[in-house]
Amino acid sequence: MKFSRIIASSGEWLSGDGPNRQIVVSSRVRLARNLRDKPFPGWAKKAERIEVMKLVKDAVENLPEMAESYSENLEALSPLEKQVLVERHLISREHAAKGVGSAVVMNEPQTLSVMINEEDHLRMQAICCGLQLEKVFSMIDRVDSELEQMVDFAFDADLGYLTACPTNVGTGMRASAMLHLPGLVMSDQINKIVNSVNKIGLAVRGLHGEGTEAMGNLFQVSNQTTLGETEEEIIGRLNRVIEQILEHEKNARMLLAQKKCVTLHDQIGRAFGILSNAYSMSSKEALNLLSVIKLGVDLGVFPENHRFPVDELFIETQPAHLQKGAQTQKMSADERDTLRATIIRAKLKQVPEPDIARLQAPEPNSDPTQHDE
Amino acid sequence: MQCDVCQTKEATVFLTQIVDGKMQKVNLCEACSKEKGVNDPTGFALADLLLGLGAAQDIEKNPGSLKCSVCGFTQADFKKTGRLGCSACYGVFAEGLRGMLKNMHKGPSHTGKSPAGFQSQREHGEAMRTLQESLDKAVAAEEYERAADLRDQIRQIEADSRA
Repeated sequence: MKFSRIIASSGEWLSGDGPNRQIVVSSRVRLARNLRDKPFPGWAKKAERIEVMKLVKDAVENLPEMAESYSENLEALSPLEKQVLVERHLISREHAAKGVGSAVVMNEPQTLSVMINEEDHLRMQAICCGLQLEKVFSMIDRVDSELEQMVDFAFDADLGYLTACPTNVGTGMRASAMLHLPGLVMSDQINKIVNSVNKIGLAVRGLHGEGTEAMGNLFQVSNQTTLGETEEEIIGRLNRVIEQILEHEKNARMLLAQKKCVTLHDQIGRAFGILSNAYSMSSKEALNLLSVIKLGVDLGVFPENHRFPVDELFIETQPAHLQKGAQTQKMSADERDTLRATIIRAKLKQVPEPDIARLQAPEPNSDPTQHDE
Repeated sequence: MQCDVCQTKEATVFLTQIVDGKMQKVNLCEACSKEKGVNDPTGFALADLLLGLGAAQDIEKNPGSLKCSVCGFTQADFKKTGRLGCSACYGVFAEGLRGMLKNMHKGPSHTGKSPAGFQSQREHGEAMRTLQESLDKAVAAEEYERAADLRDQIRQIEADSRA
């Protein structure tokens, strides 16, 4: 399959549907696996990396899930193509920095992707829309079970799956959900939430994982530990925490709609005004304003049928996606800012003015009396 | 008090994190706290930082020059990169790793998924051991009919696993 085909469609996790998708943008599970007694990618010599890559790539390409797949060595991808894959969360930033001896294989709907020779020989992930960690885990678990029949994974009876970094040993699993939390940010509760989640051994990070800034009110929650619990226990623990965060976010939105209604109207109106009229816009500003529009859709201020176009803008206005759409030589940052503003203006022309009268506070569901229908 | 990271400057940032009721503390100078992103609550995890420190200390306690015979990785390499060389390194550096893994994770042993081959091998081994023990007992008790039965079962399993 050609790269252009991957680029042309936006991937199921963006366009699909899933439980709680207003707040939970995506659910993702990745497994780290290595071949027994072969040096890990960071320690292997080039020839050894190439040998492992050939072996693994062959096995992955033969999976039934990868019947329709896109498979490429990293040195064959341009920096721009790599960045597009990073912006879609299909490869990590670390993987994008790799060249000869690394590869990536992904299925057509872009729900499964396998990074070969990232930090580990295999980093395979499944990603879906909304909160459905069990489903994405079972997708990637099946891939793992099929692969283990073809290659010999490094596994120890006591320590489980052995990984390059001891922080991943055991299940080798990192389960995460991308949450859109404008309510908690606007009501200044987000730091409290982030701190308490960190205290119970889960991590909260920015848009692109470790060490990245939180933009567009998007936060990634994931497990920190991988040894001493089963995959199901880890996912269960994560789910319970995410459910609580959802509850807090819904309550925050409800309070904003009831008590700080003017502030909320003001923010949505301003975001719409700036996005519809700006002629130059940075990626960060775009994400932060689009987040407010997305909240507006959630609250009924914009019609529901504009949800997908707005969600799409989150990805389309990222630097590499802009550049690949431009068909010209590499743009400067200023040129990108201009193009970004143009694309957003054009898309927002289709969206009607915010209709504040239609604002609906989300249903509170933390109150048990609400459930006896 | 000295900074735990650079070990030279005076520590001015003191952090405490409680994970599952265990208290972990770290003291940093201003430069190191900035470098580790302590001011940014979203990007910072104390555990990651402590992990790095713990790893370095564990290895200093044990300054032998262990080297993995499979991939040639040494303790010094581990100290430098925080990563291991290959899967066999886990056996070579087991002693230093044990304490580190205990602090890092929920428990000391893997309880999750294992490869099907590994599982059936283990189950197979266990089944054979149980049968062999029963056979020995039957023979000792002179229950020859039962013994013959058990012997046939063992032969059957052996034949199956060869097939």
